[in-house]
Amino acid sequence: MIDALGSVGTLLLVGGTSDIAVATAHRYLRERPLRIVLAARDTPRRDAVAEELRAGGGTVEVVDFDADDPASPQRMVERAFAGGDVDVAVVAFGQLGDEQRLRTDATAVAGLAQVNYVAPVVVGTLLAERMRGQGHGVIVALSSVAGERPRASNFVYGSTKAGMDAFYSGLADSLVGSGASVVVVRPGFVHSKMTAGRPAAPLSITPEAVAAAIVDAVRRGRHTVWVPGVMRAVMSALRHVPRPLFRRLPL
Amino acid sequence: MADRSRSGQVALTGWGRTAPTPATVTTAASADEVRALLGEAGPRGLLARGLARSYGDAAQNAGGHVLDTTALDGVLDVDLGAAVVEVEAGVSLDRLMTLLVPLGLFVPVTAGTRYVTVGGAIAADIHGKDHHRTGSFSRHVEWLDLLTADGEVRRIGPDRDPELFWATAGGMGLTGVVLRAAVRMRRIETAQLLVDTDRTPDLDALLELLTATDHLYDYSVAWIDCVARGARLGRSVLTRGRFAHRDELPARHRADPLRYSGSVRLTAPDLFPSGLLNPVTVAAFNEVWYRKAPARRRAQLQSIPTFFHPLDGVGSWNRVYGRRGFVQYQFVVPLGQEETLRCVVERIATSGTASFLAVLKRFGAGDPGYLSFPQEGWTLALDIPVVAGLAELLDGLDELVVAAGGRIYLAKDARVRPDLLPRMYPRLDRFRAVRARVDPGGVFTSDLARRLCL
Repeated sequence: MIDALGSVGTLLLVGGTSDIAVATAHRYLRERPLRIVLAARDTPRRDAVAEELRAGGGTVEVVDFDADDPASPQRMVERAFAGGDVDVAVVAFGQLGDEQRLRTDATAVAGLAQVNYVAPVVVGTLLAERMRGQGHGVIVALSSVAGERPRASNFVYGSTKAGMDAFYSGLADSLVGSGASVVVVRPGFVHSKMTAGRPAAPLSITPEAVAAAIVDAVRRGRHTVWVPGVMRAVMSALRHVPRPLFRRLPL
Repeated sequence: MADRSRSGQVALTGWGRTAPTPATVTTAASADEVRALLGEAGPRGLLARGLARSYGDAAQNAGGHVLDTTALDGVLDVDLGAAVVEVEAGVSLDRLMTLLVPLGLFVPVTAGTRYVTVGGAIAADIHGKDHHRTGSFSRHVEWLDLLTADGEVRRIGPDRDPELFWATAGGMGLTGVVLRAAVRMRRIETAQLLVDTDRTPDLDALLELLTATDHLYDYSVAWIDCVARGARLGRSVLTRGRFAHRDELPARHRADPLRYSGSVRLTAPDLFPSGLLNPVTVAAFNEVWYRKAPARRRAQLQSIPTFFHPLDGVGSWNRVYGRRGFVQYQFVVPLGQEETLRCVVERIATSGTASFLAVLKRFGAGDPGYLSFPQEGWTLALDIPVVAGLAELLDGLDELVVAAGGRIYLAKDARVRPDLLPRMYPRLDRFRAVRARVDPGGVFTSDLARRLCL
């Protein structure tokens, strides 16, 4: 249960080895010891993250999850909830993809759509069903400012994020009165292993900044969060820039 | 406190109006109806809820069933000779007083509100201003009928299945549903109390006074100004008293010495903004409260509501804290741990957190319930509006309390650190063992139980 002052007992990280997921767990551990369910592929990195969070005071459980495998979400959610209620579930998996390849390789596009859209909405549906049943819980969906107005440089990624963003925004409304809720988080460029080697965009941020925004949003019961906060105004302006001009912006 | 949602479930909160969760609420008026509900409980379980005066999530069951016990309101037997009443669990202390004070009987223990049910008083094992004399409520229960998860009704007491009885006393409703109980009442000659008031300039003076003379009074409680700092840290108004004998009343009261009227004079509307009680307004209130109290007064006559339940005069006073609600932090530390007490008061006073009503009492010996709160020592209760940074402040206080060998009160709690609970309640294992015996499937559960892994 999330208590009266917003402290969390059990945290589920789907895509548990992502930098934002790990930073979020650390952020919560700074407040209190808690139970953490780490859903990710069985990799050495997962073991390392689990060890790291245990050392930070967490009671860590590990669950297999592979966004490429259509059968994985169902199994993952069943196991994640087997140990009791989940208070906060962070849907933090996703890929950027290779933009050059995505322009021409339809298989790569289908693969990215599976990981960034199909799997997140399937996971979201299953999480929502569980949380409706338990009468409480918060789903945190990691969207992206890239979904707000897709641009030529990474429109496939942008379109998958636009889709999952729309799904979770609508899911939030469908959960009103159930005790469960959704926070949609829209970060800008995050310095992480996903973006490693890419030039940073303006207003770039760290995974720790996103984690801080997530913890704050859950505590305050917010529904949509931009990180950094100024992104909201920036994207609001960009949305209205005429196409010929938008196309030429160095984004 | 309860908002109906479209799913047919009702969003419930405790008295502090924090962390609402939905549940299917059913009113039952007989043991058979309760048993029928037990059969429908489902995976999210069942919990009894009385008048919902617990501050946090003790009477909530997210996604599950909640049994409203207030229709189980029969007063089954009054034995004036033995001063024992047999009642159904949904009967309130308010009703018992209205009915029995005119007959010369008073409840053995009353909380700061009389709007609690007998079932709730047992489940929270409530204490009152007379704890140093009489112990907690459950010590005055001769027996109770408990509907357990197997559908059986078991009559238990200190001498019949004492383990289940002492797991139920203070057990927060997690062993089953209390259906009825036999309660030993206190005999009174009048419905008036003789009250002594003392104002103390600081915490030391208060503790000294309580240590020296508390044993002379049946009832004792102090209000502390938790905003004043420095030399005035912990300045207090101490009120202590006992029921008056008939010949101590002035002539005009003697004809009808047991005349009693407990009624709500006005009800707070639900329109207060959340920031109304802030450090400035609370400091002003505390200043006035301290100054208007007499420095020393002896043998003042007070009515039962004035002495025991001053806040009950205003219905729904919890609304004054606005939509964000408030939490009550009540802890106890053993005698000899006065430094911890001082440290807590100091931290509250310097935190800028506005604690509106802080109440201090010296507890007598601890009670037998496995999860009963009282232990011999000092208990302080603070009402604090929900503000940013409060979680951190109270988590820090938890550590002080545990290090001193103390604990927090589950009936008030909405936020304690779950990992500290076994250290606060060393008999938690015994409680769990009894619960595993009578409710292996975990049918009876609550938000509190889930939050704290009880």
